[in-house]
Amino acid sequence: MELNLMVAGFGGQGVMMIGKLLSQAICDSTDYNVTFFPSYGAQQRGGTANCFVVASDREVGSPKPAVVDELIVMNDVSMVKYRNNVRSGGMIFTNSSLVKSGAERDDVTVVPIPVTEMAMELGSLKVLNIVMLGAYIGYTQLMDENLVLDCVLRLLGKKQEFIELNKKAFAKGLEAGRKAKG
Amino acid sequence: MSDKVFMKGCEAIAEAAVRAGCRFYAGYPITPQNEIPEYMSRRLPQVGGVFVQGESEIASVNMVYGAGAGGTRSMTSSSSVGISLKSEGISYCAGAMVPMVYANMQRGGPGVGTIQASQQDYFQATKASGNGGFKMIVLAPATVQEAVDMTYQAFDLAERDRNPVLILGDGVIGTIMEPVVLPPMKSDEEVAALKQANRKWAIVGHSRDEKRGFLSPGYWSTVMQEEHCIQLDKMYHGWEENDVQVEELYLDNAELVFVAYGTTARIAKSALELLRAEGHKVGMIRPKTVSPFPVKSFDKINYDVCKCVLDIEMSIPAQMLYDVKLAVKERGAVDTCLRSGGNLIERGDIVRKAQEILSGGVK
Repeated sequence: MELNLMVAGFGGQGVMMIGKLLSQAICDSTDYNVTFFPSYGAQQRGGTANCFVVASDREVGSPKPAVVDELIVMNDVSMVKYRNNVRSGGMIFTNSSLVKSGAERDDVTVVPIPVTEMAMELGSLKVLNIVMLGAYIGYTQLMDENLVLDCVLRLLGKKQEFIELNKKAFAKGLEAGRKAKG
Repeated sequence: MSDKVFMKGCEAIAEAAVRAGCRFYAGYPITPQNEIPEYMSRRLPQVGGVFVQGESEIASVNMVYGAGAGGTRSMTSSSSVGISLKSEGISYCAGAMVPMVYANMQRGGPGVGTIQASQQDYFQATKASGNGGFKMIVLAPATVQEAVDMTYQAFDLAERDRNPVLILGDGVIGTIMEPVVLPPMKSDEEVAALKQANRKWAIVGHSRDEKRGFLSPGYWSTVMQEEHCIQLDKMYHGWEENDVQVEELYLDNAELVFVAYGTTARIAKSALELLRAEGHKVGMIRPKTVSPFPVKSFDKINYDVCKCVLDIEMSIPAQMLYDVKLAVKERGAVDTCLRSGGNLIERGDIVRKAQEILSGGVK
């Protein structure tokens, strides 16, 4: 088994945190090798940001695969830029609040989740990444959702108010993901 | 599974150093290795160590020279252009036989280059890390776990030889997070005992009954300088016998042999698996020490069937190529597969090149 995931969006959308939380959860609860590669450079809030998660039962080769199984795009620019990096039969999760462009190919599954709007409904744009993480887990059933949530709360739960907010955000995403899967 | 922690390469290197007994670090910020000094600034005071952010790379390496001369396990780190600045101090350590460990998380070059991962410093790491023709053991990790294990070992090697040891990583190894099992933490007593054992040469303030400690990066006498170089040369040759670390894969009857180190090696290995699944006889030599270079591994290649030895590096021009050619000794063809500028080599690049060679298109 090998999973290649790329997450891309604006700096400030918590793109890196999605990859980090997922990788940490895989590290904590499975025997898979997992590599998290945050892109680095002149990134800043409003600029572009992306990261990769590669998990495998074998040694992980490139931490930054040219072709990925799954792509999460948080903004339209990233959709246009990376939609052709997904393998045939792969999946693209989009923040449909901001991503208006389509995949422009019919050999991938597009899963639209309006995470910006959903986060606003929860009262904080900050948690839009946790909504997306929940939706991704809800749709893919990659691993036990509680293991991922534990990880979210451990890494981001220093203040009580954020624990509750993150819990709600994750649950809201999870539900949307499951619903999208049908 | 329970012992695993998920760590960033740079932080894992720093933690491994602390666990190996490193109690002094001085450095100056540069991407992509900033997490080493950042981690050290937090961690070293917890164990009674000292962290200094120097005013420059040159100041930092000379602080390490001083701390190392006092017998304390000491470290610095930088990236490419910053390592160039440290080269004088590293040469002084080699000249005065002061043990120290340093990490180069390579970025694009020459000059200030790019901040992304590359392997453009191979010559600097293995051939001329400073003036004076000294050599070092250079460890090249391909995973975060290996970076940890090699850093831990590096302090022992540096102290054994009283010579600098280099961890040659790159922006990928420094930046990625992977699960690692950390080595045991040396106790305060063990660290103190290591320092005590260095008293026989370290500048620690000896009583009048003891021989005066004296370390010098040079000699007034040409005779003594030459004798020093001869002794060092003997040590370097000893490494070739005893300290080579290498991973060899499927060399028997390989029709194509990859040679790659560090980040490039893990990508080459994934290309090898793909090609072998298609029935191609591909083997691999992965130097874990790029100095001493695993020359003897190349004697295991069957040159009657091997069409090509493929040097794969993230450096243009190719640099490791010359060590590969010396080791192949004109017994077979040698070709290259290269990327540069901070662009990560892709599995597809290697697979395509391999297929081209295997289908007869070799130079």
